Amino acid sequence: MTERTGPLVELRDVKVHFPIKSGLLVDRTVGYVYAVDGVSLSINAGETYGLVGESGCGKSTLGRGLLRLVEPTDGEIVFDGTDVRALKGETMRRARRRMQMIFQDPLSSLDPRQSVESLLVEGLKAHGLAKDKAETNRRLRETLEAVGLPASALTKYPHEFSGGQRQRIGIARALVLNPDLIVADEPVSALDVSIQAQVLNLLKDLQTERGLTYLIIAHDLAVVRHISDTVGVMYLGGLVEEASSEDLYREPLHPYTRALMSAVPVPDPLVEDRRERILLAGDLPSPSNPPAGCRFHTRCPWAQPTRCGDERPALREVTAGHRVACHYAEDIEAGRIRPHEVEPELVRPVDGDLPGDPGELIPTP
Amino acid sequence: MSLLDVRDLSVVFQRRGERPFTAVDKVSFTVEPGQTVGLVGESGCGKSVTSLAIMGLLPKRGNKVTGEVLFEGTDLLKLRPDDMRDRRGRDIGMIFQDPLSSLNPVIPIGVQVAEVLERHQGRERKQALREARELLDAVGIPDPDRRLKEYPHQISGGMRQRALIAIALACKPRLLIADEPTTALDVTIQAQILTLLKQLVDDTGTALIMITHDLGVVAGLCDTVNVLYGGKVVERARRHELFGQPRHPYTHGLLNSVPRLDSIRGERLHAIRGSVADNIPWTEGCAFAPRCDNVVDACLEGPPPLEPTATGGDLRCNNPVSEEVAVP
Ligand SMILES: Nc1ncnc2c1ncn2[C@@H]1O[C@H](COP(=O)(O)OP(=O)(O)OP(=O)(O)O)[C@@H](O)[C@H]1O
Ligand SMILES: Nc1ncnc2c1ncn2[C@@H]1O[C@H](COP(=O)(O)OP(=O)(O)O)[C@@H](O)[C@H]1O
Ligand code: SF4
Ligand code: SF4
Ligand SMILES: [Mg+2]
Ligand SMILES: [Mg+2]
Repeated sequence: MTERTGPLVELRDVKVHFPIKSGLLVDRTVGYVYAVDGVSLSINAGETYGLVGESGCGKSTLGRGLLRLVEPTDGEIVFDGTDVRALKGETMRRARRRMQMIFQDPLSSLDPRQSVESLLVEGLKAHGLAKDKAETNRRLRETLEAVGLPASALTKYPHEFSGGQRQRIGIARALVLNPDLIVADEPVSALDVSIQAQVLNLLKDLQTERGLTYLIIAHDLAVVRHISDTVGVMYLGGLVEEASSEDLYREPLHPYTRALMSAVPVPDPLVEDRRERILLAGDLPSPSNPPAGCRFHTRCPWAQPTRCGDERPALREVTAGHRVACHYAEDIEAGRIRPHEVEPELVRPVDGDLPGDPGELIPTP
Repeated sequence: MSLLDVRDLSVVFQRRGERPFTAVDKVSFTVEPGQTVGLVGESGCGKSVTSLAIMGLLPKRGNKVTGEVLFEGTDLLKLRPDDMRDRRGRDIGMIFQDPLSSLNPVIPIGVQVAEVLERHQGRERKQALREARELLDAVGIPDPDRRLKEYPHQISGGMRQRALIAIALACKPRLLIADEPTTALDVTIQAQILTLLKQLVDDTGTALIMITHDLGVVAGLCDTVNVLYGGKVVERARRHELFGQPRHPYTHGLLNSVPRLDSIRGERLHAIRGSVADNIPWTEGCAFAPRCDNVVDACLEGPPPLEPTATGGDLRCNNPVSEEVAVP
């Protein structure tokens, strides 16, 4: 049963800035990565809020900030009426049980040396919920059944399972604590398509059975739209558009959302052959040096000489329940402003973005 | 004569103390000049191993490659390593998923492009650099004069993939093999790269083998699509037929499992049950049988053959999805 009782989670102007350190002897802060830079949103109880955006836009950081797995720099996080940032010690621990997280890579988020049973009991113990042995056992079995794994899974280890099954274990680990909110960070992006569908269906079923509230974070707009009631689109640390899943698809108002939507391939040649793409020029700017004004103005095909370059647009309600951060959303929608060519600007990868070591070298042909 | 004619290509990995593992199992397909051919399937179905075998890039030890890879009639599998190296880069270009590991980190981008032109086209360094600049410009790298002197780590992932495409195209190959070229990229950057590839194929007449797990990418790009499952081609069709009328239960299931951007929200996805871990060996029957809703007795009695369909494709199935069942 889904009860709609108003917001379970409210974020007000949340910021998470990471200092960039330099200097060998004395750590000097030479700048900040503005990973999340002023996000306000609310998530209704029993509903799914989907957060979508490209790599580095701050989705994961926002999710982790909400659970205080990383300490927000500023802003308010209200969970079920309580300001989470003010909680300490025992009260924070109790709040934590009610907010659980599921991660992208099922294998790396599970300790390979722990059996499934010990993985599940660990959380219960941390919250003092594993006192009664029979009760614990019942709880484990029930949870495994809920995620579609046999009770025999308890004695096995993560590597003995397929990717999809490991993600079920990840979900079970969150579920066993009977949370109210689950933050799922890219829960299906490491999985094959056929397995993705199983996990998405499972998440949906669990929500219906248990009235769970979800924050689903993913880069795949089709996945997010499928599973969410409300979708928020992020670009460079900020929310640029928020609407119901239907409205967002029917009437994307922000130029970035339009481009994102037009870029998602659809497995249907009839659609692909006649659709128009809005190709964005150049790369995503670095979040340590975000453009002034509207952060999208360096790539926006609709950017105007006034306001776009120097005034950061606020997220404002344009139609009921549909919020957009663009100065010219109405003019663009009405066709009064036409898109134009954009010269791509060169963007340097920041050091932190470098993917590890260069790996094995394949000699140039 | 086809540009590329792959016949019964098999790759068996054999590690000491382990049972031999057939990653690619008698795969046959052709590529005509200028055609774009897709290889799709889930991870582990043998897409990359197929492309590496064609290019002669599999590790020297621990595997056995059989069958024929005829490039304009010449069997590449029989070429001496030197001759094969010459073919690579000149006749066949390749683009990988991870551009950083395919580029040399200590050589400027421009020099890497120029070296290909020197080696395969016999250009002088100066002329080669001039042409390299033009190539970088053609693949949409802004300010190519400066980029020429930069190293791979100084440019973004999307730009690196463009640089790799420039290298692959340097010698005007007649065939380009792209293995998940956009999988590591953001979707707006993916759109840029796919548009670029499509335009290059149109302009240069290069044939393209597009390897991807993303059915959406194939839908907009490929003339013919090969669907792989457990190392075998299970269905082959032109793209409009494949997506409009998938006949193999696996293809049909895959298309029903993907949430589509334009589908009605909240509808349950039709997941394929189980996973590839449930597969049975092809020698015993249809590998997909344990996951298949259409399974009949014959499916467990031996491997189903790949047979031509009425619409000019091929199908490996005893009990295909009937032609009336449309994809919702
Ligand atoms: N602990 C940290 N220290 C410094 N910078 C960080 C840290 N965590 C994240 N960042 C930076 O913050 C920005 C936002 O990162 P985040 O992981 O939230 O992005 P994301 O939207 O989840 O991206 P992806 O789709 O790649 O997962 C990035 O530039 C990232 O490099
Ligand atoms: N060098 C190798 N040694 C042993 N097995 C391999 C090797 N390379 C690939 N394989 C196996 O071959 C199968 C097909 O792999 P691959 O072609 O990379 O799949 P994909 O379709 O995802 O590209 C997989 O099961 C993989 O584990
Ligand atoms: S505010 Fe200006 S630059 Fe920003 S999205 Fe709107 S039109 Fe584009
Ligand atoms: S051969 Fe049989 S088991 Fe295999 S896909 Fe066809 S119907 Fe299903
Ligand atoms: Mg992330
Ligand atoms: Mg591969």
